[in-house]
Amino acid sequence: MILGFFFTYKPLAQASQTVQNWGVLVSAFALGMASVNLIRVHLRRISKGQELDWLYSGALLVALAGMAALGIAKGPSNKTYTFWFDALFTPGQATVYAMTGFYIASAAFRAFRIRNIESAILLISAAFVMLGNVSVGEALWKGFPTYGKWLMDVPNLAGQRGMMIGAGIGGIAGGLRVLLGIEKSYLGGSGS
Amino acid sequence: MIGKGKVFSFWALIVIVVCMLYSMWRAKSGRPVKIRKISGLDAIEEAVGRATEMGRPVHFCPGIGGISAIEAPQTFAALSLMGYVAHLCARFDVRALIVTIRTPEVLPLAEETVRQAYLEEGKIDSYVPTNIRFLSNQQFAYAAAVFGIMAREKPAANFLLGAFWAEALMLAEVGSEVGALQIAGTAQLSQVPFFVAASDYCLIGEELFAGAAYLSRDEVQLGSILGQDISKAIVAALMLVGIIAKQLGSTYFTSLLSK
Repeated sequence: MILGFFFTYKPLAQASQTVQNWGVLVSAFALGMASVNLIRVHLRRISKGQELDWLYSGALLVALAGMAALGIAKGPSNKTYTFWFDALFTPGQATVYAMTGFYIASAAFRAFRIRNIESAILLISAAFVMLGNVSVGEALWKGFPTYGKWLMDVPNLAGQRGMMIGAGIGGIAGGLRVLLGIEKSYLGGSGS
Repeated sequence: MIGKGKVFSFWALIVIVVCMLYSMWRAKSGRPVKIRKISGLDAIEEAVGRATEMGRPVHFCPGIGGISAIEAPQTFAALSLMGYVAHLCARFDVRALIVTIRTPEVLPLAEETVRQAYLEEGKIDSYVPTNIRFLSNQQFAYAAAVFGIMAREKPAANFLLGAFWAEALMLAEVGSEVGALQIAGTAQLSQVPFFVAASDYCLIGEELFAGAAYLSRDEVQLGSILGQDISKAIVAALMLVGIIAKQLGSTYFTSLLSK
């Protein structure tokens, strides 16, 4: 696959595509196995019958079986199927995502407490960036947007690119260890 | 023939691989490898020990990435670290090691990793298959399920290692709320600040990839970390030369990179 990425030789590209197609098949089977795991975990919780766990697990299994049956019988574009997906699942996802804002506030509260010189720099930088991004900041002082942008475009970007290069090289090193069979701990062994 | 725009990348990859192979050979030939301490990795034992003392479980999430896309190296790095954590959990008789999975194809790997670790520690009777849980392959459904597990099980140690996206901060914040000692790590640059803010220890980018090699204490694997550092030095030197050349009006490096 690595050679298929770099070289324009057609058989290499075809071989690479074939391997990727195998990956899709494996993923499909893996989803089946994962569903079995899900059902097993929740059946166990129902059999234990602790507090309201059995009710939640029961609801999950009924929803899983109902949606799977409907999808297989009528297809994923069926009106009832899309109704349940759009009316129940999509708002649920959006609600969880919307909670990010509150978590940012609580994380920022902890991160911005001045404990040492680094956290003091973080607080001052964050104040500049935040005030630079709201109209009240510009109204207070015209320098906030300018310095806030500079902080994001120069020190922040330089740091990010440094991390990106490090992560890229780290990824190659990790890949090489796996390809050479030096690192096998992801298969469960002690790795030695 | 090498594709257009990929010539420089190809030769850069060759140079990096040669650096790694040289470093590994150097380490194998008996020359000692000294690498800096990574506090996030050193704290893993402390976190598992804490869970043992408190009689509470350990939660491990190997990211929400798969094993076939660009984030695959992060998932493999996380699975390697999971093996190390599972060994410690088995050795210390931790109440439970709960692994939550989002990507279906990661599930069998995680199951095998944990089972093998318990087997090697002679504690296969303590291995509970239903503690390796596939939750959902939908991002926020998965996140919501993890919130629930955290709230109910109250883990004493929370490991968030691998590829994460918008759910990263939420998972770390919920872990913080339940009082877990948190070790997080990712190479997703947009999520690193969230992990830094919300967790006790953070593995940034390459530290995640170096994790298994660092913890194995195997000289050859440590040699590959040295190779990483040599490669970074080469890249830094290239950048410096490129900056100077650009300032002097040369476009040589710009055209070299685009080849």
